[in-house]
Amino acid sequence: MEEDHDAGRPTRARRAAALVLQGVVLALTAGPSAAQMGGNTYTYVAFDELELATSPEAQPVVFDGEAWYGGDFDRLWLKAAGEFGTSEGQRDAEVALQALYSRAVTAFWNLQAGVRVDHRTEDGGATRPRLAFGVEGLARYWFEVEAFAFVGEDGDVTGTLEASYDMLLTQRLVLEPEVEISLASEAIPESGLGSGFTEGEFGLRLRYEVRREFAPYIGWSWERAFGETADLVGARGEDGTEGTFVAGFRWWY
Amino acid sequence: MTRHIHRRDFLRATGVLGTLTALEAVRPSWASATDGLQRSAGGVLHGSGRELDLVIDRTRLAVDGRGTRAVTINGTMPGPMLRYREGDELVINVDNRLDEDTSIHWHGIILPNDQDGVPGVTFDGIPARSRFTYRFPLEQNGTYWYHSHSGFQEQLGMYAPLIIDPAEPTVEYDREHVVLLADWTFEDPYRIMARLKKHPDYYNNQRRTLFDFFRDAADDGLGAAVRDRLAWGEMRMMPSDIADITGTTYTYVMNGMGPVGNWTGLFEPGERVRLRFINASAATHFDVRIPGLPMTVVQADGLYVKPIETDEFRIAIAETYDVIVEPRENQAYTVFAEAMDRSGFARGTLAVREGMEAEVPQRRERFLLTMADMGHGSHGDHEGMDMGGMDHSAMDHAAMDHSAMLRAPGTIPPDVTHGPGDHGAANAGVAMVATSRIDEPGNGLGKDGWRVLTYADLEATEPRPNFRAPDREIELHLTGNMERYTWGFDGVPHADAEPIPLTLGERIRLTLVNDTMMAHPIHLHGMWMELENGKGDLCPRVHTVDVKPAEHVSVLFDADVPGRWAFHCHVMYHMHEGMFRVFEVREPTAVDGEGS
Repeated sequence: MEEDHDAGRPTRARRAAALVLQGVVLALTAGPSAAQMGGNTYTYVAFDELELATSPEAQPVVFDGEAWYGGDFDRLWLKAAGEFGTSEGQRDAEVALQALYSRAVTAFWNLQAGVRVDHRTEDGGATRPRLAFGVEGLARYWFEVEAFAFVGEDGDVTGTLEASYDMLLTQRLVLEPEVEISLASEAIPESGLGSGFTEGEFGLRLRYEVRREFAPYIGWSWERAFGETADLVGARGEDGTEGTFVAGFRWWY
Repeated sequence: MTRHIHRRDFLRATGVLGTLTALEAVRPSWASATDGLQRSAGGVLHGSGRELDLVIDRTRLAVDGRGTRAVTINGTMPGPMLRYREGDELVINVDNRLDEDTSIHWHGIILPNDQDGVPGVTFDGIPARSRFTYRFPLEQNGTYWYHSHSGFQEQLGMYAPLIIDPAEPTVEYDREHVVLLADWTFEDPYRIMARLKKHPDYYNNQRRTLFDFFRDAADDGLGAAVRDRLAWGEMRMMPSDIADITGTTYTYVMNGMGPVGNWTGLFEPGERVRLRFINASAATHFDVRIPGLPMTVVQADGLYVKPIETDEFRIAIAETYDVIVEPRENQAYTVFAEAMDRSGFARGTLAVREGMEAEVPQRRERFLLTMADMGHGSHGDHEGMDMGGMDHSAMDHAAMDHSAMLRAPGTIPPDVTHGPGDHGAANAGVAMVATSRIDEPGNGLGKDGWRVLTYADLEATEPRPNFRAPDREIELHLTGNMERYTWGFDGVPHADAEPIPLTLGERIRLTLVNDTMMAHPIHLHGMWMELENGKGDLCPRVHTVDVKPAEHVSVLFDADVPGRWAFHCHVMYHMHEGMFRVFEVREPTAVDGEGS
């Protein structure tokens, strides 16, 4: 067969990486060792979104990716999301990285806990580590849902709630609406956040699955700040509402 | 409506006529168009009174004109037919020329435990570049098969027929052909496995779309269409999930040849032709029919049954059916084996000479699962019924000893309310009512205006001697979660499970409750299962029982051979993920000694 292996017969590089990860996962779980007929481990890597936005002026590349390694019940997850400007003089970047231990607790839901580190290059750069706790899974009626709480060094708590849905127009053409709502327990001025609901995002992406693994898409993404956060944005002389056309692709392996 | 496939045109289009025609010859002679009764040709190995040699290797060959590599036995796919006579001793030297372990399991054969060929259960496997000799007596006759029990070698072509002629002929026929069905993929099975694990609907290209919703709303009314979507959405299950792996990647093959290749078996008009159907697929149930020819089933899983005429039968993975057909016309007949999910078909031809073709039927439309497949009651009248205290959730699934309430042997289990059983994260939902569906031909069958075989039709030719009530009942739930692609028994994969102890001489009733929406062909090694289909002591004995969605079915078996016996779903990908158990048959004293 071609070099198209996965968990069953890994390549050398992947085997090395897998061994390191396996050590971490086994240390966390102390489950039975991998054996045929159950107990197998797999590795997943995906960019759910990798897209170019037409506005604001920075014309950022926006990405949202995840990877996991592990068995049926215990997995190590890595998540990366962020954006970086692509136009002249607008090269600032923002990225959020998460490393999470994930435990399958019911048929459709996983509990996840770990650390999150946010970094932005704007204004000389800032890095913010936080603890992350959340639940991820498939809700009734086929909604992919995740709800997370993040606790910062000062005890500040923020949260996000995300839901998306795949609507099949054909076997390959899929329309995916997505909403994300962010909250904060208290105002966090250095992040430009007020307390309560802070931001909402709505996306609508139409993808064409050339293969299941690779799907270019076009879409519209709309963001708006709420409440105190909107006031803070307004005070900076910016508009708290923004819509942009996006084009990109989704890929996984 | 006719679909003629012109192989020559197809091959010319690919521009590789010469090479691939040569590669297509990498097939045993028994699978080529021959007089099936010829006994001396290569590809048919006669083992009576002599040792046989089997070489396991990777071989380049072609399926429907496309080059590929398979794991082969003696260089062919399928491998050579082994032919014995009842009472022979089988002596086979296996030469493993692969760079990985291999094994051969003799499917359906009653044999000593250490000859059963299951790595990690009955022996250590046959290491790369090494040899192993199998040796055991054949005390049965009929149509069987042998295959690898290592990795995904079976998916990659390592399977072949094992035919044991009876000491005294019972069924009369003039000619025979083996019709071995399988699902071939040009992809790496490990990659298929990984894809299913990550996106379990990867190969389902028959999912319901927005336009199906509009069509249903137009046909059934908006309210009904919405209610239907909500009901399935609430369970997070797809009614279109009939097969995990489909014609999207599979080329369905008959004796190693795809629909284009058109395997052909010859006959003379007026002959009684015995067709030995074997389903050697990794993940495909087939619905078999021969338009224009009624089939008389004479054997199921290698054992005689009272002859029963039918027009179609579903052959689950690993099952065998022997049928007699009597073509009288000087013409060709299509042997049509449609994949259960209708995403493709295997096809061959019975003809009076080479090169003939008959009309190839259109595939039927894929069916949808119904609420009956979710255990919401197949007749719609189960909810609220008093089941007389028979509540599965209150029972200890692992081992129950309550012979006082055991029903008569050979009878069909009554409907049972399931209760809110919880098998953990590895299982998604349980049937509310577990029902016997033994008299159903299977989803998507029985509405075409012709006869379809059911398990309830099968009846042994002779009553079982010493047919008695079981000593003990064991209940196992077939569990799975399509979204996680986890499979097991009672929510536990084999990797996390202990062997189930049995005492030598014990008679067991094994009740299988399918908590999933898929059919699972469950195979017990080393011991015959008496399928309790209501025929009493004429229950057919089988090596594989296909358990329909939300069905419960019971079998009886005598734990009469010591050792560790594999018991598993024969969907390779379900087995690989843990739908597998070991029954350990122990000497009575040994059990006492261990205090277990």
